[in-house]
Amino acid sequence: MGGDRLKIVLSLTPPLLIIGTLFFGGILYGFLQSLGYQPAIGKYDINFDAYYNVMFSERYAKLFWTGLGLNLWVSFVSTFLAAAFALFGALAIRKTFFAKKICNFIFSLNLPMPHLVVAVGMIFVFSQSGLLARFFTQIGFISSPSDFPILVKDKYGLGIILAYIWKEAAFFFIILMSVLQSLGENFEELAQSLGANKWQRFRYVILPLVMPNLFSASIIVFAFSFGAYEVPAILGVNYPQMLPVMAFEFFLNPDLNARSEGMALSMIIALIVMILVVIYFRLTQSKIRKD
Amino acid sequence: MDNNLKKSNIYAIYFGSFILILPLIAFFINAFSFRWFYPQLIPKELSLQAWVRLKLIPKEGFRTLDGFIDLWLSNPTIIKALVNSVTIGIIVTIVSIIIALPAARVLGLLNFRFKKIIIFIMVSPTILPPIAFVLGLNINFITWGFSGSFWGVCLVHLVPIMPYVVLTMTGIFANYNPDFEHQARTLGANKFRTFYLITLPAIAPGMVVAALFAFLVSWSQYLLTFLIGAGKIMTLPLLVFSTASSGNPALTAAISIVFIFPAIVILFFTSKFVSGDSSATSGFGKL
Repeated sequence: MGGDRLKIVLSLTPPLLIIGTLFFGGILYGFLQSLGYQPAIGKYDINFDAYYNVMFSERYAKLFWTGLGLNLWVSFVSTFLAAAFALFGALAIRKTFFAKKICNFIFSLNLPMPHLVVAVGMIFVFSQSGLLARFFTQIGFISSPSDFPILVKDKYGLGIILAYIWKEAAFFFIILMSVLQSLGENFEELAQSLGANKWQRFRYVILPLVMPNLFSASIIVFAFSFGAYEVPAILGVNYPQMLPVMAFEFFLNPDLNARSEGMALSMIIALIVMILVVIYFRLTQSKIRKD
Repeated sequence: MDNNLKKSNIYAIYFGSFILILPLIAFFINAFSFRWFYPQLIPKELSLQAWVRLKLIPKEGFRTLDGFIDLWLSNPTIIKALVNSVTIGIIVTIVSIIIALPAARVLGLLNFRFKKIIIFIMVSPTILPPIAFVLGLNINFITWGFSGSFWGVCLVHLVPIMPYVVLTMTGIFANYNPDFEHQARTLGANKFRTFYLITLPAIAPGMVVAALFAFLVSWSQYLLTFLIGAGKIMTLPLLVFSTASSGNPALTAAISIVFIFPAIVILFFTSKFVSGDSSATSGFGKL
């Protein structure tokens, strides 16, 4: 067994070292800086001023709380709609119809697509001179670009939500397809022979069966959209502003004192994501125990 | 059970597919059109102007093999970004696979104390947002002298890739039977021969998928490259971002097409491996 132990330690050390120093080291150092510890500019005292400033000071409070609201709104809505869209797609695409393979490919197409490109694509399609606005002008629905609703770079985060739906629906779709495939149709056939109608088969048979996978995928998507920078940076506005963008701008601020605020903000984002993940694990654990 | 779809649902699926493909159509129209003004739906003339301005295609009259080579050797920004993206992606993929291989083997085949905690530590970068660690790390990298360096960028790309490669390969080793190795060893094969002839063929398919997606994760990193590279290491996502902010649709579209090309190729060749069962998929949430 002694040889095994040495092997285990030697094999696991390199990846743990990388994640330990770079990832946890980065978080730790960011945390220290958020407490005001900045040796680079000769500040060694530790306090919670940056957290207070970000959340409650007159200067930033409004930006922070509207930003938090926008974060929650964008993440919840886009996760839910992407999951719903993917569920519909997956349920339909398991059946046979013309050009099924092509549809399958298109539904998975956004999976490897970088978020950055999806965000740019939203501008091309949904902006006031984009593809859709042109189409509606051609069919005489609207007469000038300003008649088309502002869907990207809008203050309600609609463009950001659209981009996340585009991108994450593919992720949900792939997961749902594989779950549905492994389940087969036996359960549904059984329910049908017992007299369940279409809605009942969906609500009481399919949904409970795919729910565990759908839920864990939702956590990944939610956590990602809550903390990602690229999409809101391209499709967002200055006010209200999603928290990752706000944190990054604090950080790039030439005033080095703003760095602590940026770090504090990134710690708050990480903390919220962590709390949500813990709640999720509690929920699933208690559910498994009950079953 | 009837396997046919209602007509209305079929149309809904066609409509959904069409909607999903719209951005891609818009990319191609923008990249290959000249003065595509509102409200034209179809561009009046096709043009390679965006590609010429990008310096990926030579001017008219110079489109010979020599013309292409001369243009690319003059090292325009797009070629620089392309070379950086490809080399960083390949280096990071190879390093992560080499580091992950022994760890995944141990995690997949053996049981030991603290295994759960170690797995938890390994996957934590996939849940917590990159902005949480990269801001602090950025300052450390400046102190260590890694900031703005090629190798610093490679190093930081390992953070999002490592957990994902370890996890995928742990899954492969969990379904792997090491008894064949013992047989090879008893029959006289040395360690390297055993690895080459027995282990490698067994894990190769899964490893290739892990490698391709590790490459894609590195390929699409924006924030990490921007902060750690300090603007000195130009990669494709950085170029897409800056061009998109400067607001030239044709140019942005052309760069985006270059940027998404490998993603589509990789999806095409791996679509049968990509399923929700494999932990390969979870990495995509991070692209």
